[in-house]
Amino acid sequence: MAATVSPERDVVVPPIQRAFREGLYAGAIALGLFVLFIGLRTDQNISNELILVQRWLLLALVVIATAVGRFLYVGYAQPAMERAKAEKAKAPAVVAEPGFVRQNFNKIGIVVLLLYPIAMVLAFGFQGSLKWVDNFGIQILIYVMLAWGLNIVVGLAGLLDLGYVAFYAVGAYAYALLGTHFGLSFWILLPAAGCMAAFWGVMLGFPVLRLRGDYLAIVTLAFGEIIRLVIINWREVTNGSAGISGIPKVSFFGLMSFNVSDPNYIAKVLHIAQSGAYYKIFLYYLILALCFLTAFVTIRLRRLPVGRAWEALREDEIACRSLGINTTTTKLTAFATGAMFGGFAGSFFAARQGFVSPESFVFLESAIILAIVVLGGMGSLGGIAVAALVMIGGTEILRELGFLKVVFGPDFTPELYRMLLFGMAMVIVMLWKPRGFVGSREPTAFLKERRAVSGSFTKEGHG
Amino acid sequence: MAGTTLLDIKGVETYYGNIRALNGVNVQVNQGEIVALIGANGAGKSTLMMTIFGAPRARAGTITFAGTDITQMPTHEIARLRVAQSPEGRRIFPRMTVMENLQMGASLDNLKHYEEDVEKVFALFPRLKERIGQRGGTLSGGEQQMLSIGRALMARPKLLLLDEPSLGLAPLIVKQIFDAIRELNKSQGLTVFLVEQNAFGALKLATRGYVMVNGNVTMSGTGKELLANPEVRAAYLEGGHH
Repeated sequence: MAATVSPERDVVVPPIQRAFREGLYAGAIALGLFVLFIGLRTDQNISNELILVQRWLLLALVVIATAVGRFLYVGYAQPAMERAKAEKAKAPAVVAEPGFVRQNFNKIGIVVLLLYPIAMVLAFGFQGSLKWVDNFGIQILIYVMLAWGLNIVVGLAGLLDLGYVAFYAVGAYAYALLGTHFGLSFWILLPAAGCMAAFWGVMLGFPVLRLRGDYLAIVTLAFGEIIRLVIINWREVTNGSAGISGIPKVSFFGLMSFNVSDPNYIAKVLHIAQSGAYYKIFLYYLILALCFLTAFVTIRLRRLPVGRAWEALREDEIACRSLGINTTTTKLTAFATGAMFGGFAGSFFAARQGFVSPESFVFLESAIILAIVVLGGMGSLGGIAVAALVMIGGTEILRELGFLKVVFGPDFTPELYRMLLFGMAMVIVMLWKPRGFVGSREPTAFLKERRAVSGSFTKEGHG
Repeated sequence: MAGTTLLDIKGVETYYGNIRALNGVNVQVNQGEIVALIGANGAGKSTLMMTIFGAPRARAGTITFAGTDITQMPTHEIARLRVAQSPEGRRIFPRMTVMENLQMGASLDNLKHYEEDVEKVFALFPRLKERIGQRGGTLSGGEQQMLSIGRALMARPKLLLLDEPSLGLAPLIVKQIFDAIRELNKSQGLTVFLVEQNAFGALKLATRGYVMVNGNVTMSGTGKELLANPEVRAAYLEGGHH
């Protein structure tokens, strides 16, 4: 047995023995990783001196849990999964008719979205529904819209944009400034904010036309930071880090107002009880309509020459040019269209918050939006919506987990674990579904019937 | 119109940085001809192909297509003059279906002649019709080559540039593709400029041919003349042709 380091060795060793070994390794790695994170903790004592708290028991628990988990996974879960796979392969290949839910996924989704606020009001009353409509519904839908907008740039045209939040900021500040200074209505400023963001999309597009991939990503990242720094430092206009407050509310298409002091206040006009919930519900349907607009435009554009050109550009720029496609204008339209939806979302965000500050437009936001696009499966609207629901809804739900305090003690704040869970979820999804939730790309041209192209044919990380 | 010069390349020099890849190349392609450019690896054949399309651009010399100077024209505008190319390595869109690839070829006319032309392509390459809904990247090499040529044809070109259509393909498929090129030339009068390493097949197919060595055109003549030329035979044909 001289050749102990042959790759075949794993096959020969009985699974339990291998699992035992792997478990030990995993435990050792966990020990090395966590000894400083968990085993030791710095703290302050009563006289404000720095002391080291030792938590060997907790460390031991984590290490043992890791080792046992790996042992069980390699020893039992993995062989079981392989057996199941082998049996599946043996069984005659039946093309399973997709279930009802899967077939009508989009329709069901739309109906649920339309009924959601009504259901919340019925379940929790007007006051109780506020949280669910606002923190969950509106928050998630803003990210859905942003991710769908970014999807045009990244998913369709294949231009990696790490500074998308810049356009969101442009839209938000466009509404905030013009709304507070000139008292213009949201309905005028919404398209104006979109145009403004699209303009900046083109401004960004011009210098980066020659760049691709990593280089493009770096420049867009810088662009996002530039916009944020301009907002912070241009105090005369933007009021710097203090932000702009008192941004006017959206009116009900100019007919009714949501301000209690306004003579046209909705409750007075309709003779119903006063409640802040009307505005939230209205905003919910507004952002939902904006989302539908984004989806509709994306779907239509994909079937038009420009959308096809975007996708072709993502695949092969040289081939595109030799087919007579002007890659310059194609890239610029992608940037402009994506940025426009970012601007729409931004002005909505400003109207909903009533306050904007540079804090809301940090790089992390760009990263989260991009993560949603990648997790959802680039180019797939449904997948992206699900990813936004999981990511944003998931982090929001952490606030609701107060009961965990009973388990982990009163110091436990689940919100602090937001980024940890976010990262973990991302790693898991990427391992389990490297092409995102929906990896298949629906062709835009058909001979007779629609047939989705399986995700296994797509390059990883692409739609 | 047969006999008039469609593509005229005069004294073209192309550089990659400071390295000169083309050294004053003169090539003419006349209306209705199949012209083959043969040469060894690294002779500059593909560079010439790409230079016609302006990427990289010629640093000296002129390229004229149908009377228009295209030397400094942007690539996509050259394509709009109805010059189509099946580039080296095929460069089909791997994640788009066969049908979408063909649509991309027809984007110049905004799909006006799409239905009609797609039938022509399928008549030429029936294999593509069977693969219509499949992704480009999942096709075999030969099918990808057919798709690449088909995509180029969708633009209704006056001049078709083919860069090594036989690269990496089985002899039977090579024959199919060469037959298709001959058929296009004969029935539709399509002018073809073809770059090939497969000198025997290319010269048999071609009306005229050029031989390229180290960025220079060293010989030219009809396909038959070059096939019979002892130097060409020694350099490119002996030792078993494909």
